[in-house]
Amino acid sequence: MTSSSQEKPPLLDVKGLSVDYGLKGVPSRAIDSVSFALRAGEAVGLVGESGSGKTTTAMAIAGLLSPNARVSKGEVRYRGEQLPIDDDASMRPHRWSETSVVFQGAMNALNPVHRIIKQIAEPCMLKLGMSRGEATARARELLELVGIPADRGSAYPHELSGGMRQRVMIAMALACRPSIIIGDEPTTALDVITQAQILKLLGELRSRLGLALILITHDLSVVAECCDRVMIMYAGRIVEDGTVAEIFAQPKHPYTRLLIESIPNPASGKKMIRPIPGDPPNLVNRPSGCAFHPRCPSVMAVCATEVPSLDQFGRGRVACHLYRSSQEDKVAVHA
Amino acid sequence: MNGGGTSRHIGRIIIRAIVTLLMVAILNFILFRVIPGDPAKLLLGGARTSVTAEQIEAQRQNWGLNRPLFPDQLVDYLSATVRGDLGYSFKFRGRHVADLILERLPATIILVGIAQLTAIVIGVMVGIYAGWRRGGTLDNLATGSSLLLYSTPSFWMAMILVVIFSTSLGWFPGYGAYSPGAITGFLGSFLDYLRHLTLPVTAVALGLIGQYVVVARAAMSDVVTEDYMVTARAKGLTGGQMLMRHAFRNAMLPVVTLITLNLGYVVAGAITVEAVFAWPGIGGLTVEALNARDYPVLQGIFLLLGASIVVANLVADLAYGLLDPRVRQ
Repeated sequence: MTSSSQEKPPLLDVKGLSVDYGLKGVPSRAIDSVSFALRAGEAVGLVGESGSGKTTTAMAIAGLLSPNARVSKGEVRYRGEQLPIDDDASMRPHRWSETSVVFQGAMNALNPVHRIIKQIAEPCMLKLGMSRGEATARARELLELVGIPADRGSAYPHELSGGMRQRVMIAMALACRPSIIIGDEPTTALDVITQAQILKLLGELRSRLGLALILITHDLSVVAECCDRVMIMYAGRIVEDGTVAEIFAQPKHPYTRLLIESIPNPASGKKMIRPIPGDPPNLVNRPSGCAFHPRCPSVMAVCATEVPSLDQFGRGRVACHLYRSSQEDKVAVHA
Repeated sequence: MNGGGTSRHIGRIIIRAIVTLLMVAILNFILFRVIPGDPAKLLLGGARTSVTAEQIEAQRQNWGLNRPLFPDQLVDYLSATVRGDLGYSFKFRGRHVADLILERLPATIILVGIAQLTAIVIGVMVGIYAGWRRGGTLDNLATGSSLLLYSTPSFWMAMILVVIFSTSLGWFPGYGAYSPGAITGFLGSFLDYLRHLTLPVTAVALGLIGQYVVVARAAMSDVVTEDYMVTARAKGLTGGQMLMRHAFRNAMLPVVTLITLNLGYVVAGAITVEAVFAWPGIGGLTVEALNARDYPVLQGIFLLLGASIVVANLVADLAYGLLDPRVRQ
């Protein structure tokens, strides 16, 4: 009994996934050999700067890759089954029923000419086969669930505040009882107080409904607030993966360390934000070896020639040559 | 959001339309008063005939032309216009301008109305589909040809159609609305009318189709890149559901504006085409009145054109409010 439950495949298993965008004969690799697993009910933050591949990773999982994207390697398994992520029509049944997305800036993500109740009820009718009446009743429940009086359902998106619109977006994401919710910078356009409320709501709903959450953000403090685990991405690769507590207490990858140091922290008396030197990598013509080596303070000779693999280190994973030897030592000690 | 906001919005639009209409009437009045030439002389047969000063004075007295323009004549003009009295024609002696216009109006409305309906159905469908499938075969074909159609003057199109389908091939008549004599019976004359209608309708419709394709395609291409279309896709909607439920109505916003604004040109839109085909509509009347310096008729037609454009704008504003909840406040 126990052993069989341990062998149960993870909810989501991404294996060596690489996605290219065709750029007139010069494909640029958006994500490169991304591997991770997501357990049911787990909350993972996906952190990185623009162009790090966090959104492409999430869109691949949701089956929302754009037509000019190509999966060149790897696969995504959902409950053990391989997802046809590069086949738009075959992914349709998976969308929203299993994985739904809370998009950023809910103003434009909601259709301006339809009442919000209609937009929430729509997937219930189309995907769950509910009648209009049933779907409307479900939409009213969902509105109450995210803290909006059901009577506000007749409002149009432009009549609501940014925070309310993001609540509507969350209600909509819950409509078909998915197992995974992807938050694509869900709090980016909101003020800090509303941001905190939305994150709190997401956290509550997650534990109440047993949802897995993938939170895409460039803001580490958002991750700290509502995730168990965090994966740091740089130039299309995961460079570090660990629990939130570990990563904040002991960041291993130099990039992670610099990211954490760049967060302004008034409590520590630090007045200046320390930026990470150098420019984000060019994805068409990426640096050799470790993509971070031109900006890395701990750069070694090997970094320019060899791509570090994402290896187990301690309880997490890190892709950095600094931890190569120590990891081997550890293995040796254990052996 | 609430009914109060909506009715205030509608009230504002209607008041604006009424004020505009008044301005149109006043401008129309001024325009025909600053045109050189003495209407009293014109009434007596124009510059070529010799008339005495007493005769002219008598005419002035008779028509109230010796009274000041402002405010007396203006007030007379406005109050008569409101009562539907547009004065008498110079050319068609003793005939009311309003009667002349009403007599010619149906032919124009039929011509431009049918052309509009055809163009709306074809142009909007092609444009919406081309914008939805950007870069597809239909898009490439439609974008090029619609720009060509849009930029072709309709009277030139009319002449080309006459040369090809009337003079050379002899498929359709190229002149007038009825064949003289010969045809009898309701069905016979109805079919004869339709045959006469074909080329003028085509000439007007082709340009309009180009216009609708260009606008509908542009609107649809904007809509497909909107974030809410990504949301619709993420919700697992099929392409057809995305098009019908989320893209179509949004893409129709600018198209509906164009359609309703074009309604204003149902009366004026075919003056040159009517002239080419000798179509007995408002366009033909305009040309006749111009040639005869029939100022009262022209003044009446101008007022009608202005008024129909104001009304079309009113309809456009109201329709936009119905389609787009964001403008209702």
